[in-house]
Amino acid sequence: MNILYFASIREKIGRAEEDVSPPPAVTDVGKLIEWLKRRGPDYELALGDMRAVRVAVNQEHVRLDHPVHAGDEIALFPPVTGG
Amino acid sequence: MGVRVQREDFDIGAEIAHVSKEGKDVGGIASFVGVVRGGEGPDAISAMTLEHYPGMTEKELGRIEAEALARWPISASLIVHRYGRLVPGDNIVLVVTASRHRRAAFEACEFLVDWLKTKAPFWKNEEASDGERWVAAHGDDDEAAARWNK
Repeated sequence: MNILYFASIREKIGRAEEDVSPPPAVTDVGKLIEWLKRRGPDYELALGDMRAVRVAVNQEHVRLDHPVHAGDEIALFPPVTGG
Repeated sequence: MGVRVQREDFDIGAEIAHVSKEGKDVGGIASFVGVVRGGEGPDAISAMTLEHYPGMTEKELGRIEAEALARWPISASLIVHRYGRLVPGDNIVLVVTASRHRRAAFEACEFLVDWLKTKAPFWKNEEASDGERWVAAHGDDDEAAARWNK
């Protein structure tokens, strides 16, 4: 699956996107974030405070229990501040 | 009807005139323009850069507009949102709603602004004398958006 990072989360992780292949146990957004956080201190820093992380799957806002599949476009970003 | 996400500035008068012509039986037009706040002192910003999520931004604005059209009798509407580096006084966003009567136009316009502020994937990075920082989301904005959830 392709993961996109935006704004402060992109800066903390140090990249705008990456392709990942998590194990089969990673079935939803919450589990994906837990798995990403174990990839290193930058991920832990960026995703440690779940209250400050928002998620979109295939360009739609979703909650942490939303399922994830191979081939999904998953975006992780802080609360939006446009307008 | 329409949404646009662009780097360039927009001409407020021309956009409103276009919405007015596009709508059928238009009796009132409401608009909101968001601009980069200036100010003085240590907190004053010199510029801001708006990042967004190309693809999702347009879709999300379209979904928000569709929600407004489902709730109010709107004849025509427009959302234009800029991205990139902007300085104080620059336009950021324009929302225009046209209807037969003013109430629907006013309410739909306010709804669109409240919802886009909490749902459209944009992020502001401000430049000030002491460096740059990501703008934190406001709880007030969530409350403003939530009052339309009924």
